[in-house]
Amino acid sequence: MEKKNWPLWEIFIRSRQGLSHRHVGSLHAADAAMAVENARDVYTRRQEGASIWVVPASAITASSPDEKSVLFDPADDKVYRHPTFYDLPDEIKHM
Amino acid sequence: MNARCEYLLRLGDDALILGQQLGLWTGHGPVLEEDIALTNIGLDQIGQARAWLTLAGRFEGKGRDEDQLAYFRSPAEFRNAQLCERPNGHFGDTIARQFLFDAYATELHAGLCQSEDSDIAAIARKSAKESAYHFRHSRAWMIRLGDGTEESHHRIQQSLNEILPYAGDLFHTDAVAASAASEGWGIDPSSLRDPWNSHVEEMLKESGLMRPESTSERTGGRIGQHGEQLSQLLEEMQVLPRTYPKAEW
Amino acid sequence: MEMDLLHRFEAYIASDKKIEPKDWMPDAYRKTLIRQISQHAHSEIVGMLPEGSWISRAPSLKRKAILMAKVQDEAGHGLYLYSACETLGVQRDDTIEDLHSGKAKYSSIFNYPTLNWADIGAIGWLVDGAAIMNQVPLCKCSYGPYARAMVRVCKEESFHQRQGFQIMMTMAGGTEEQKEMAQDALNRWWWPSLMMFGPPDDDSPNSAQSMAWNIKRFTNDELRQKFVDLTVPQAELLGLTVPDPNLRWNEETGHYEIGEIDWSEFKRVISGDGPCNKERIETRRKAWDDGAWVREAAVAHSQKRADRRASTDTAAA
Repeated sequence: MEKKNWPLWEIFIRSRQGLSHRHVGSLHAADAAMAVENARDVYTRRQEGASIWVVPASAITASSPDEKSVLFDPADDKVYRHPTFYDLPDEIKHM
Repeated sequence: MNARCEYLLRLGDDALILGQQLGLWTGHGPVLEEDIALTNIGLDQIGQARAWLTLAGRFEGKGRDEDQLAYFRSPAEFRNAQLCERPNGHFGDTIARQFLFDAYATELHAGLCQSEDSDIAAIARKSAKESAYHFRHSRAWMIRLGDGTEESHHRIQQSLNEILPYAGDLFHTDAVAASAASEGWGIDPSSLRDPWNSHVEEMLKESGLMRPESTSERTGGRIGQHGEQLSQLLEEMQVLPRTYPKAEW
Repeated sequence: MEMDLLHRFEAYIASDKKIEPKDWMPDAYRKTLIRQISQHAHSEIVGMLPEGSWISRAPSLKRKAILMAKVQDEAGHGLYLYSACETLGVQRDDTIEDLHSGKAKYSSIFNYPTLNWADIGAIGWLVDGAAIMNQVPLCKCSYGPYARAMVRVCKEESFHQRQGFQIMMTMAGGTEEQKEMAQDALNRWWWPSLMMFGPPDDDSPNSAQSMAWNIKRFTNDELRQKFVDLTVPQAELLGLTVPDPNLRWNEETGHYEIGEIDWSEFKRVISGDGPCNKERIETRRKAWDDGAWVREAAVAHSQKRADRRASTDTAAA
């Protein structure tokens, strides 16, 4: 008999309003609707969720670790993008 | 026995017997994700049973709590619909049983949210969300299995044929049901038959399943008439408290 | 090139950085992880069975709900772990097949039977207690997906041990019969729980490499000792007797000393000759085989629906 595995889905959950969806893990489901239901049962058993995204794992294109330096190192020397780069007088408390 | 207690026992026993049976699936589901889903539904049923039985005990006025009602009544004192005690069978049998029940429960709990008894309304509000989810789950599986493969279609049709006659108890009406409606704290279940029927019809349409030729409905659960299955089920469920009545757990 | 990659991998390990799925890793590292994570996942799934059989007989509705939630958690934990394993390039269904064929191992503790209700308490208290002791260090293991799965598992597992200990307290403080059940459960689960930490350090072939790779953080004997030191006073609190006539407190070292563990029993059970090995695997296999038509139907339905949608789209165009 031909083997018919259920496809793998990557699950992203927004734990509460105001936060972005975060990858929590994966699971198997025959279709998207089932993936959402399964995600609810598997990953939100303790009220962890406000919203669920399910994405077929096969639809994700990942960057290769070998490109890591090409992709991310250029950001290394842009310290001026970080707030701590700027020295301000102590009197300025919140900025 | 007063009508409200009797009515609440019916609600509680349905949930308890279903929860007990769904618990048997834990560790034995067709796939890990579904194992978790069935247990979730079973957990909801046990939770509902506890709430209804606690309230029933209060109206009974003999100081019995959820456990005394669950563990120290005999089969003839149980008020669950015969539908609920039908054996788990294979996955399709369980799903068909659950679907017929969920289609009723989602209407029942929605209606009971309007109860003039604030305790009943509160339990119903919580249960309504749960049963809406259960309904979504069992309905989706009826459609998947009905539409899926030749084998699954055949199997789930068979399950439906066998279980459908047992739905009769769900709409049983009598003096208890009548006072529930007239006094405003409950609803007469016979009023749920039409909305239930349209849920069933919609499912049939989507799944390609057929309504089995009408056979006479099996009833009697609400007045304590049950099949053999229930006494076996209770024997297993009640074994510890009955063997060691003095123990606390 | 290979040398560069190995160099980078080793540098990551040395600086306690996580290895992620797409990073290069030595074959042996990958194999070790697949073996360990899948064994761990199988243990969760097979571990559902000895406790699951008491769901229907739980002595109160509250206990029934707690036990269902707990066994369900184990299914969830198995699922997290299978997911972690899949990031290493193996399919879950294949992994499960290895369990059913007897090729893959799982924690041998689950090959012991649950004979009375206190066993549910003892499993939570001792077996989950030992599992947590093993698992907490794994939250820091070098493989990212495994470490993250373990963080989730450990967070959820903390209630498991507590509910078990509470059952033991109720039983040990209950009627004469309940107390006997509690002692009987402790007698049967004590030694197998100690074996859960694996063979002694001088007979643990894979340990050194796993320690070097930061998959393992403490040795078997270290964790076992920690468990004993923590658990013996708990047994005393319960008023129960640890079934080890040679157990004694060593003032000098500040540790308990235990009697000889019967490693021949451990080897027997792990190689398939425990009290319940056969029925555990048969139960799992039956659930899987009985569910085959359901899994196939779901795939067929999803395919049919996609086809129908495609043909409506074509008709509309």
